Amino acid sequence: MTFKPEHEIHGRRLSRNVGVGVALAAFVILSFLLTVEKVTHGDPMHAIQGKGAVNPDGTPIVAQPLVKDGN
Amino acid sequence: MTDTQTFSDVALAEAGRDDVMAAEPGFGDFVELLKPRVMSLVIFTAFVGMIVAPTHLPPVASFTAILFIALGAGASGALNMWWDADIDALMRRTAKRPVPSGRIQPGEALGLGVALSVASVIMLGLAANLVAAGLLAFTIFFYVVVYSMGLKRLTPQNIVIGGAAGAFPPMVGWAAMTGSVSLEAFLMFAVIFMWTPPHFWALALFMKDDYSKAGVPMLTVTHGRKSTRRHIMVYTVLLAPVAMALGFSSIGGPVYLVVAALLNLGFIFGAWRILRRDEAMAEADKYKVEKKVFTFSLLYLFAIFGALLAEATLHGLGYGAL
Repeated sequence: MTFKPEHEIHGRRLSRNVGVGVALAAFVILSFLLTVEKVTHGDPMHAIQGKGAVNPDGTPIVAQPLVKDGN
Repeated sequence: MTDTQTFSDVALAEAGRDDVMAAEPGFGDFVELLKPRVMSLVIFTAFVGMIVAPTHLPPVASFTAILFIALGAGASGALNMWWDADIDALMRRTAKRPVPSGRIQPGEALGLGVALSVASVIMLGLAANLVAAGLLAFTIFFYVVVYSMGLKRLTPQNIVIGGAAGAFPPMVGWAAMTGSVSLEAFLMFAVIFMWTPPHFWALALFMKDDYSKAGVPMLTVTHGRKSTRRHIMVYTVLLAPVAMALGFSSIGGPVYLVVAALLNLGFIFGAWRILRRDEAMAEADKYKVEKKVFTFSLLYLFAIFGALLAEATLHGLGYGAL
């Protein structure tokens, strides 16, 4: 097995790959922490009003009919 | 290709070392594309805008907001370097930037700029609110399309109007926290807006041939140096009442007023010294005064926003409110 001396070009490529890897990992961690914080702070998510969904104060969200009776 | 050769070995041999080296930018080259020094100013002013706001987001959301405001600014820097690569190559100050020096291809700068712009606006919207995200999107649009693609090569007022792009970050920071824009946010914007022309014109005075070589119609090129010196004086005088007005708003106070008064006196004195000089005097001492005023203008902005930060800290402790 031969060990070739590392060329400067390999150093640059390594720095780019490590940099992109670290940036992506940081983005994933930040997204996770942001999600946890949003959920624990009861950020209202009005788009998700399925069964079991609650308001920020903990009261259950009651689904409203899209069409009123008699219309 | 033998067993011990890699593709890059072959590429190096076939294409020539320099070509391949240019095609292999390091991570630092991409960071440089985001104009980290400009980003530091954006981070600081946006941070102050967030801290002085009356309402606050939780910590992770606040951190995410400021991170993506900074990345949005970086994205507009990358797009500016993509668009201005031709004139950057002609100016001493900018010739070593990653695109004109060939370390990064224009397409890579464009790709990074667009991707980061979209990501930063979406993430700010998710972390904070749509008002802040909309303002950030407008800031990027204003810097890249209105300033870089439009005003910069068309009119000597490029810096005056284009300065708005650099003035938005504290307003975006404020909007991220409050979901709206108020008088205080507008005054912070106005301070940077009025500060930008004398700051850049001082730079243009001692970066003598750069702008004329590149054909950029800076005031020094179109109206001459004497007129530029007068303009610096006028804008510095106009900046003072705007900066002082901020001290009488809800985010100001006595500490800010004292600091702002001293800084404005210093800046006006510097502008007056620039006004009194002619080109022969400036050439004789290698633009010593102009360089000093340029450096002072940087200190001015950091200190003005630093004083706002000090006021917010004092307000938090129950001191310093007007």
